[in-house]
Amino acid sequence: MITVTGARKNYGSFAALDDVSLDIPSGSLTALLGPSGSGKSTLLRSIAGLESLDGGTVHIAGEDVTTVTPQKRDIGFVFQHYAAFKHMTVRENVAFGLKIRKRPKPEIEKKVNELLEIVGLGGFQSRYPAQLSGGQRQRMALARALAVDPRVLLLDEPFGALDAKVRTDLRTWLRRLHDEVHVTTVLVTHDQEEALDVADRIAVMNQGRIEQVGTPEELYDRPSNTFVMSFLGTVSKLNGQLVRPHDIRLGRQPELALAQHEGTAETLGITRATVERVVHLGFEVRVELRNEATGEPFSAQVTRGDAHALGLAAGETVYARATRAPQLDAVPVT
Amino acid sequence: MNVSLPVKISLRTIALGYLFVLLLVPIGVILYRTFENGIGAFAESISTPAAISALNLSLLIVAIVVPVNVVFGIVVALALVRGRFPGRRLLQAVVDLPFAVSPIVVGVALIMLWGANGWFGAVESLGFKVIFGLPGMVIATIFVTLPFVVREVEPVLYEIGEEQEQAAATLGADTWQTFWRITLPAIRWGLTYGVVLTVARALGEFGAVIMVSSGFPGVSQTLTLLVHARYIDDHNTFGAYSAATLLMAIAVIVLLLMTLLDRKRSTEE
Repeated sequence: MITVTGARKNYGSFAALDDVSLDIPSGSLTALLGPSGSGKSTLLRSIAGLESLDGGTVHIAGEDVTTVTPQKRDIGFVFQHYAAFKHMTVRENVAFGLKIRKRPKPEIEKKVNELLEIVGLGGFQSRYPAQLSGGQRQRMALARALAVDPRVLLLDEPFGALDAKVRTDLRTWLRRLHDEVHVTTVLVTHDQEEALDVADRIAVMNQGRIEQVGTPEELYDRPSNTFVMSFLGTVSKLNGQLVRPHDIRLGRQPELALAQHEGTAETLGITRATVERVVHLGFEVRVELRNEATGEPFSAQVTRGDAHALGLAAGETVYARATRAPQLDAVPVT
Repeated sequence: MNVSLPVKISLRTIALGYLFVLLLVPIGVILYRTFENGIGAFAESISTPAAISALNLSLLIVAIVVPVNVVFGIVVALALVRGRFPGRRLLQAVVDLPFAVSPIVVGVALIMLWGANGWFGAVESLGFKVIFGLPGMVIATIFVTLPFVVREVEPVLYEIGEEQEQAAATLGADTWQTFWRITLPAIRWGLTYGVVLTVARALGEFGAVIMVSSGFPGVSQTLTLLVHARYIDDHNTFGAYSAATLLMAIAVIVLLLMTLLDRKRSTEE
């Protein structure tokens, strides 16, 4: 369990962390999600001890580590650009922490081989980092961090430098790895899809503060403010209200935009809209519309089947209604 | 760039001709004059007591200067790349000073500082002879070779960044362990180049050293001073050529070592 209380960090006049408090439960995989400059990396590096706080405390497993050096925090850290020891082989890289701890040679050898099997690099022991792909280097870095049996594993945008395909593969792999080794893990990312995919808890950060903490479902379905809502997933604005595009129901006649037994077209606020463009995105279809009353553009997401059944085409008039819209605190979208 | 064939050929001819006249001809002349009387005469000329002593002195100076410059160079390069302190820019400029100052000026400055009437001249009365002794020659050589290690290590330090060191720290390595196991291996090629340049310059330094050396054959003559003395004072041109060839041979060996190390590096990376 990691507890951060009242953390502050300033770079000149810029507040990277502005009174941040966060609990990270043991064994969880928590994502710190936010745009660049939101303070998520600073928070992670403060937990690691690579950054010293101007105020506040960090506890790891009940122990106050605020002034403890990174060497003594018992952590594993993975960097975005791997930080591979280039002059060492894969074996030497992974063995580094164990050698520093002066473990007996056979134990080191055994542990390194085990870990390399787990991360899928068995047989790569004698390669140099330069002979590995980006994804392999990052898995080696993970093995290196895990070798010392850290209390917490901290990952700073670990997949940020990899291309899209490798990134999705690796995060699925990371999720499975976490299910196996159960080490408390904190992952920094600016990619909402990545956070929703791997994390069991997400802390959304913005301008040095934490906006909301919760499970992916909670954050997605019940965002507490407009920032969280628009940062996690797509949003559309219908009659001044933020809604998820897939929560907009479309119909050819006003009545068809209703779900059963919910009221009348008048009480439910059905909007007449003109279809401007229909974009096919595989299974989903994005319909770009214009509100006929206000002239405001908005978009809805429907399935391929629904789009086909409705026979949507540019220039036609449809009726739209938001089926659900979360209650949000007013926070300006930045 | 697209150039016609005749232009291409004439450009190459000019470039090669330039190198030939400026570099190869002088070296060729020296080699020819050295060996025109056979290898025996050359061997004899470089094994006189004065020549052996000069060779030993040159190597001794190198052996003192290189470790000093390595330690100083790494510390200064680290300070310049990682340090955030007032005066960093000034230090940056000061490091290049030896490139800008003529070696003979260095020699004069050292005499004014360490000579019998200089600011630090008092050390001579304590029996520690700097000027016209080995310390003076070492100090002069350090002065002129000071930037090499710094300037070769600095860009490598920039390039590797701090992440590897931070990674080592999170894995439990203390500052000293991180330096020996991560930083030093990472900068070793820059350091190697710096050392090679230092060796070459230390062997070849003349202007600063002649000012602070008493120049006695067999006592305080380096190889370059020997070349000079044989040619100017003794009118022993053949002896001068032989000593120059010896000097060149050492430089070539250093160069070859560097090329070999370079090849090892390219297979490693």
